[in-house]
Amino acid sequence: MAHAAHGSNYLNAEKGLWSWLTSLDHKRIGILYFISVMSFFLLGGIAALLLRGELFAYNAVDALGKTTGQLLPSADAYNQILTYHGAIMVFMVIIPGIPAILGNIFLPLQIGAKDVAFPKLNLASWYCLMAGASLAMFTMFSTKVDTGWTFYTPYSIKSGTAVTTMVLAAFITGMSSILTGLNFIVTVHKLRCPGMTMWRMPLFVWALYSTAIIQVLATPILAITLLLLAMERTFGVGIFDPKLGGDPVLFQHFFWFYSHPAVYIMILPAMGVISELITTFSKKTIFGYTAIAYSSLGIAAVSFFVWGHHMFVSGQSEFAGIVFSFLTMLVGVPTAIKMFNWVATMYKGSIEFASPMLFALGFLFLFAIGGVTGIMLAVIPVDVHFHDTYFVVAHFHYVMVGGTLMAIMGGFYYWFPKMFGKMYSEFWARMSWVFIFVGFNVTFFPQFILGAMGMPRRYFNYIPAYEPLNRISTMGSWLIAIGFLMALYTIINGLISGAKAPKNPWGSKTLEWEADSPPSVHNFDHEPVVTAGPYEYK
Amino acid sequence: MINGVPVQEHYRDASHQFASAKEGIWLFMATEILMFGGLFVGYLIFHMKYPEMFAEGAQFLDWRLGFINTLVLIFSSLTMALGIYFCQINQPKKAVGALAVTILCGAIFMVIKYFEYTHKFHMGIFPGRMLDLEMLNHHLHEMGKPAIVSTNLGMYFGFYFCMSGLHGIHVILGMCMISWCLYRCMRGDFNPNYYTAVEGVGIFWHIIDLVWIFLFPLLYLVG
Amino acid sequence: MSAANHNSANDNHGHDEHHIMPLATYYKVAGALFVLTFLTVGFHQLHEFLGPFAALIAFSIAAVKAFLVMAWFMHLKYDKLSNRIIFGAGFVFLALLFGITIMDIYTRITVNSVL
Repeated sequence: MAHAAHGSNYLNAEKGLWSWLTSLDHKRIGILYFISVMSFFLLGGIAALLLRGELFAYNAVDALGKTTGQLLPSADAYNQILTYHGAIMVFMVIIPGIPAILGNIFLPLQIGAKDVAFPKLNLASWYCLMAGASLAMFTMFSTKVDTGWTFYTPYSIKSGTAVTTMVLAAFITGMSSILTGLNFIVTVHKLRCPGMTMWRMPLFVWALYSTAIIQVLATPILAITLLLLAMERTFGVGIFDPKLGGDPVLFQHFFWFYSHPAVYIMILPAMGVISELITTFSKKTIFGYTAIAYSSLGIAAVSFFVWGHHMFVSGQSEFAGIVFSFLTMLVGVPTAIKMFNWVATMYKGSIEFASPMLFALGFLFLFAIGGVTGIMLAVIPVDVHFHDTYFVVAHFHYVMVGGTLMAIMGGFYYWFPKMFGKMYSEFWARMSWVFIFVGFNVTFFPQFILGAMGMPRRYFNYIPAYEPLNRISTMGSWLIAIGFLMALYTIINGLISGAKAPKNPWGSKTLEWEADSPPSVHNFDHEPVVTAGPYEYK
Repeated sequence: MINGVPVQEHYRDASHQFASAKEGIWLFMATEILMFGGLFVGYLIFHMKYPEMFAEGAQFLDWRLGFINTLVLIFSSLTMALGIYFCQINQPKKAVGALAVTILCGAIFMVIKYFEYTHKFHMGIFPGRMLDLEMLNHHLHEMGKPAIVSTNLGMYFGFYFCMSGLHGIHVILGMCMISWCLYRCMRGDFNPNYYTAVEGVGIFWHIIDLVWIFLFPLLYLVG
Repeated sequence: MSAANHNSANDNHGHDEHHIMPLATYYKVAGALFVLTFLTVGFHQLHEFLGPFAALIAFSIAAVKAFLVMAWFMHLKYDKLSNRIIFGAGFVFLALLFGITIMDIYTRITVNSVL
C-alpha cells in the first residue's frame, strides 16, 4: 500500500465493496463489525419487542372458547423467539460488541500502533462471526430452536428442534471470539509505541486486555462442550445423558466455566469505555488509575471461580453451592473499586454533560443496581427463592443492557467524530439517551417486583395478578425502541450532514485523538512517542 | 523484504514480527490444550465413577495398534522437528524431505486408525447409545468370551470415539498444514531468518503428539 | 510480559529467538521417547502384578514424555518466559475446571449420595 495522498483517510483511501470485504485495516474491519453487529442488534431487538408484546396482556379463554390477549401464534413460537433473542444478543451482539467494534478501531490507535498484530486473522475472525451468524440465522428461519441460549441438557438432547446446527453456529462464533482475543493480547504485548509502557496504557486498553485473556482461556471449553453436545445428539455418547450413567449437571459445569467468564467478556470492555468517558468529561485525571487497571485483571481472574452460582438449584452439591456463594461475593470487590474510583474522579471535576457522559452516568446508576442485585442473588437462600424468576431477568438486563449497552452507546457517541470525521446532533443524541434510560427503567424495574412476586421467567403466559406490571414493562420496551430509532437517526443524520469534526472535539488526552479525524490508513503521520500517562489533565 | 524476510509494515523488523507470531502461536496452543482438556476432565470424572466399566471397555482396544501408532507419531514429531532444523540451517531440500516423511507418518497413523475403527464397527461397537450390545455379545460368544457385564459400556466408547476422533481430525488438519509448508518450502519461501510458518505448524504437530502421549495409556492401557 | 520495556525486549533476542539446537539433541530426545514408550508397554505386561500402581507408572512415564516433547521438540526450553507462561496457563485453567467440578461431584456422592 502506497502512502495515502494528503486529505485521504481510511474511509476513502480505497473504494468499492470488495475493498471493504478484503480490507486488512483494523479500522475498516471495525466498521464491518459495526454494521453487522448493529444488524444483529436490530433482529434481537425485534425479537425482544415481540416477547414483550406477547406478555402485554394476560391470555384468557372467553366463554366462546376464543383466546384473547395472545399476540404470537403459539407458546412454541414464544419459546423459539426467546431462544433467538438470547442467542443473538449474547453470541452476536454483546460479546463481539465493544471489543470487536470499538476495540478493533481504537486499541491500536490508543497504543500508537499501525495495526493489530495479525491483520489477516482479524479479518478472518469477522468472517467467522459472519459464518456463524449466517448458520444461526439460517437455522432460525428455516427450522426452529427452542432450548434457550444455554442449551441445557437433557432437554437439548431430546428436543426435536435444530439444536445441533445452532450449537455449531455458536461454536464458529466462539472461534471468532478466540481469534479477536488472541490478536489483542499480542497487540498489547508487542505493538505499543515507544514510551507507551503497560502502566501508561489507557484504561480501555487494560479492559480489553483483561477481556482478551478471558476470551482465550474460557472459550475453548465452550467449544468442546458444544461439540460434545452435538455428538450427544448425533451418536448419544452418554456423557451428559443420565440413561447411560452420564451427568447432565456436568454439562452445566462445562457450559458455565465459559459462560460465566463470558459475562465479564461482556462487561469488562464496557467498564473500560466508562473509564475513558468519565475522565474526559470531568476534565480531570482518573482517580486510582492503577487500582482500576488491576481491578480489571482481578475481575478476569475471579470470573473463573464463580460459575457455580448459576447452578444453586440445579442439583449441584450443597457444599459446592456454599463455596460458590462465598467466591461470588468476591466479584463485588474489584467491581466496587471501579465504581468508587469513577465517582471519585468526578468529585470536584468540571463535568460536562455531553451525551457520552450522560450514558456514562446512566451506566453508573444502572450498573450499581444490577451489581447489587447480583450480590443478593449470590446468597443461596435468596437465590433459591428468586431462581428462574423475573428478578434474575431484571438483574442481568440491568447489568448487560444497563451496563454494556449504555457503554456501547456512550462510547459510540464519544468516538463517532474520530471514526467518521463528522459531528452528530447533540440534541438528538441526548433525546435518545432520555428515551433509552427512562424506557430501560420502566421496562426492567417492574420485573424486579414481578420476580419478587414469583413470576417465573421464560413463560408464555401468566396469572392475571401479574398483568399491570407486565403492561408497564411492555410500554417501557416501546420507549427503548423509540430511543434506539432516535440514535439511529442521529448516526445517519450525522453521517450525511454532520459538521466536520476537529481532531479532538472533547479535549481528551489519549493517543487516538492525536490522529486525524478520521485517521489516515496508517493511523499516525509519524510513530508517536509517549512521555506521560494517559490522563494528564491540568 | 528485509534480509529475505517479508516484514509487514506494522512491525519494526523481522525479529519483532517473529516474536509476535510466536506469541500468537502459543496462545492458540493454550486454547488447544484447553479444548482437548475438557474431554480429559470428563474422562477422568467418569473413570473415577465407573472404573470397572472403563476396564471392560479398554479390553476391546488392541494395545499393539496403539503402541505402533505411538511410535509412528513420535517418529513424525522427530521428522517435524528436523524439518524446522533444516530450515534453520538453510537446507530446504532436506527440510522438504523431512516434512514429506512427517506427512507420510500422519497418513500411516490414520490408516491404522481406520482399521481400528472399522474393526470396532464390525464388532458392533459404536459410541454411546448406538453401541450394538446384541451384536457385540454375539461376537464375544463366538470367540468363547463372557458377555458384557456393564450396562453403560456405550459411554466408554463415547469417550473413545470422541477423543480419538477429535485427535484424528487434528492429525488430518496438521497434515494439510504441513503440506502447505512443504509447498512453500519447495517454492523457496523459507530461509534461516524466516521460517515462521514451519515453526508454528511444527508446534501444532507436537501438540498432536502430546495429546496422543496421554491418550495412549488412558484409552488402551489403563482403561 | 515485562512491564513494557519493549525496546529492550527487542534488542537482545536475535539469538535466542532463532535458537538452533544440535542435531544430536533431537536424536537423543527421540531415542528417549522411544525407550519410554517401550517401558510403558513393558510395565503394562505386569499390570496385574502391579495393581493400582500400573496407572500411576503409566501416567508418570507419559508426563516425562510430555516434558521431553515440550522442552526440546517444541523448543520451550529456549523460548521466552512469557510464552511458557501462556502455554502453562492452559494447563492451570484446565486444573481449575477439573478441581472445582470434581469438588462438586465428590461432595454430591459423599454428602448427598446422589449423582
